[in-house]
Amino acid sequence: MEISVKINGEEHRQEVEPRTLLVHFLRDQIGLTGTNIGCDTSSCGACTVHVNGESVKSCTMFAVQADGEEVLTIEGLASNGELHPMQEAFRQCHALQCGYCTPGMVMASVSLIQENPNPTEAEVREGLEGNLCRCTGYHNIVKAVMEVAK
Amino acid sequence: MSIMGTRVLRKEDPKFLTEGATYTADVRDPRLEGAAHVHFVRSTFAHAKITSIDISDAASMPGVLGICTADDIPEDVGTVPAAVPLFPPSMMNRPLLATGTARFVGEPVVAVVAETPTQAADAADMVFVDYEPLPVAIDIEDANADNNIIFDDVGTNTAVDFAMMGMATGIGEEDIFADCDVVVKQRIINHKTAPAPLEGRSVACVWEGEKLIIWLSSQAPHGFKGALPGVYEGIDCQVICPDVGGGFGQKIGGTPEELIMPHLSRVYNRPMRWTETRTENFIGIGHGRAQVQYATIGGSSDGEIQSYRLEVIGDSGAYCGLGAFLPFFTHIMAAGVYKIPKIETAAKSVVTNTAPVLAYRGAGRPEATAAIERAIDIFAAECGLSAVEVRRKNLIPADAFPYTTPHGTEYDSGAYETSLDKALEAADYQALLAEQAARRERGDRIQLGIGVSVYVEITGGPAPGGAEFARVHITPEGKAQIFSGAFSHGQSHATTFAMVAADQLGMSIDDIEVVQGDTDKVPEGTGTFASRSLQFGGSAVYDSSREVANQAREIAAKLLEADAEDVVLDTSTGAFHVQGTPAVSKSWADVAAAAANDGVTLQHEGSHNANCSYPFGAHVVVAEVDTETGEVTVPKIVTCDDSGTILNPNIIEGQRHGGIAQGIAQALTEEFVYDEDGNPVTSNFADYGFISAAELPSFTLVPLETPTPNNPLGAKGIGESGAIGSTPALQSAVVNALSHLGIRHIDIPLSPERVWSAISDS
Ligand code: FES
Ligand code: FES
Repeated sequence: MEISVKINGEEHRQEVEPRTLLVHFLRDQIGLTGTNIGCDTSSCGACTVHVNGESVKSCTMFAVQADGEEVLTIEGLASNGELHPMQEAFRQCHALQCGYCTPGMVMASVSLIQENPNPTEAEVREGLEGNLCRCTGYHNIVKAVMEVAK
Repeated sequence: MSIMGTRVLRKEDPKFLTEGATYTADVRDPRLEGAAHVHFVRSTFAHAKITSIDISDAASMPGVLGICTADDIPEDVGTVPAAVPLFPPSMMNRPLLATGTARFVGEPVVAVVAETPTQAADAADMVFVDYEPLPVAIDIEDANADNNIIFDDVGTNTAVDFAMMGMATGIGEEDIFADCDVVVKQRIINHKTAPAPLEGRSVACVWEGEKLIIWLSSQAPHGFKGALPGVYEGIDCQVICPDVGGGFGQKIGGTPEELIMPHLSRVYNRPMRWTETRTENFIGIGHGRAQVQYATIGGSSDGEIQSYRLEVIGDSGAYCGLGAFLPFFTHIMAAGVYKIPKIETAAKSVVTNTAPVLAYRGAGRPEATAAIERAIDIFAAECGLSAVEVRRKNLIPADAFPYTTPHGTEYDSGAYETSLDKALEAADYQALLAEQAARRERGDRIQLGIGVSVYVEITGGPAPGGAEFARVHITPEGKAQIFSGAFSHGQSHATTFAMVAADQLGMSIDDIEVVQGDTDKVPEGTGTFASRSLQFGGSAVYDSSREVANQAREIAAKLLEADAEDVVLDTSTGAFHVQGTPAVSKSWADVAAAAANDGVTLQHEGSHNANCSYPFGAHVVVAEVDTETGEVTVPKIVTCDDSGTILNPNIIEGQRHGGIAQGIAQALTEEFVYDEDGNPVTSNFADYGFISAAELPSFTLVPLETPTPNNPLGAKGIGESGAIGSTPALQSAVVNALSHLGIRHIDIPLSPERVWSAISDS
């Protein structure tokens, strides 16, 4: 069926199979490969994007459910060549190594701060529990999020 | 001021943060246009004869291009090349697809090729394999007893007996504990854990005439290129590794699913892709650690250790890959940081009906540290002494380096007691002891434990050492390109290698490009594992940079109308001038232009050979144990890890953080579990206790720099240290929290059930 989705500010009208997941639609049909797939149980958060401003694991949603909605991926987060403060904080704090969790982690962190602008460290850790990272031990990710919250 | 030792931000990050890195599944090369997709049918039995395979229904499914079983693989396609040549017995080698017998759940049996991944998966569901179950060997000690044999024609499950091969001391005739006042023995489990890089395996390949172009997620592009001719004799190939989402030891060699891809691509005459699911990564590729150990330690009642014996049975999983070799590392590092007069080791590896064991962050060395650190704690408890004081009493002193252990391992440099002191001080050890005493006095429900470990490990091993390749090339514009045989899959070579070259060439790191991960562009290489890249690969960059600077000085001398001997390169500005007259100078751009004009290429390449290095450190971990539920939380982790000269503190700390988290995970939450029939029960992220941010505190890192004399950078490996020190420190902390109940040992992982049972049995 045909769907129309606004992705990173741009309207996309495309034919999709009903069982296509949003993450596959973004990666394979739209060509936005920044969003990664890390699991098959909706556990890792590597696929996190924003749908209508809220963070969503894009492997838990069918593309057809995004019909008429607005999707923001890592590729759309910086504006006019300026990194989003969360991207900048990740860079400054060395909060990424292999980068595989990073797009999802950044998107989840942005919405965490939107919902709770002044979190404690424990709240940040709880808030990111559904986003797994194998490289950083989370230390610098938590530090980056706390920097943005300051 | 030199760039070395400074907190340079990564060159990798702007791309990774704005559009994401380019992993293999992201590669959109035109040569891969119209690629077909592979899906593997995997064994559902741990050990079974394959009596028949019915592909008729699957073959007629939509989009199916073909189905490949072991019978369809032609004779000129070989089996998985031995991970270590001549070792182990070739009869335990692994076929690309299970042939006649399946030996673990998850072993690929059939490859289905279709137009789309979904069509391949759907058709794979319609392949019917008939199995005749065989008796299994799952548990290490059971397999070691040869109750059920996995390779009939070998007749034993023992893959390697290290003492018989002269790779462990063996147990001598003389009783090394005869003169000891106190002797304690402990059986220790070092369980299976999943490396679990966030990106699993992924391959894309295409034949261009007789040449194979293959993209894959690997730690060692040249290693994979080296493995391919073992399967496809005389193959011409280009291996390209784009960005890689972590490895942790899992992506060193070639696995059957990767190695069969060229065959499938050739037979079906299509570019071919395969990207595994998380479940395939968990059940199909293999796990780390997996040893049962018996540690015996003896000494005087005042805490002086006289003798230590470590007996290890390592699980190699269903075939003999790299895992079968890892107990050797446990043997060489058995003595840890202690001066022990008599040491004996015995080590074996045995096959079991589980996924092959592989190198995982530390690979044999964390197991050595875990054993000796446990043994010291138990010995101290038996003597009624503080475990910290027993450690201090037996540490190899700083003036003893280079130090050779009684069983022949040569440590380069160390300051073990300093690391212990610094870690204890940063943790405020005295205050922790007071807090512990107060909680015990009050009979608090939440008890506090303080765990300490001191470790040393070998990096870049096995001894004596290793080599890595680098070429440094100056472009006609006066910028530099580094072609490195080491390969970053998260370690930041693009930044660190640029820093090494920048320091020698006097260029900005922005003018230095690091090329890696393409065997056509980089002629030689080994890859990134065993914490080897900076010490070998970085040293190769250092050597070649200096050579290129010398070549450039010759050209600058001509431009300056001076003798080359009188011309210097000011590495703070990148200007060439005659010694003493900096006002008249030539830039890299001037020199490169002149070289281009003369038809001279400014370039140097070569391999740097160096001896291994021995990083060390001390970890202090605080555990809180709920004595009613057995639940463990970890409020504090302090580590002092010494990796020699520090190149970029950000990156060194990042490596330590990741290692610490993985080590804590092994002690606390992560275990790859098989049931008694060999069915994996933790085969995805929902069932496996992958550690999250919520289970960890922020870490306190104490710096210490004891350079190694073994390479020009003074750098030791840092990739694995965190995972080596933190596991035994947490285990020790939990036992320490409960020591007043008479508890001396609890095996890891420290699940609430296990801790609670220990409490209720006490
Ligand atoms: S891929 Fe969506 S949560 Fe893991
Ligand atoms: S940076 Fe590698 S998984 Fe997070």
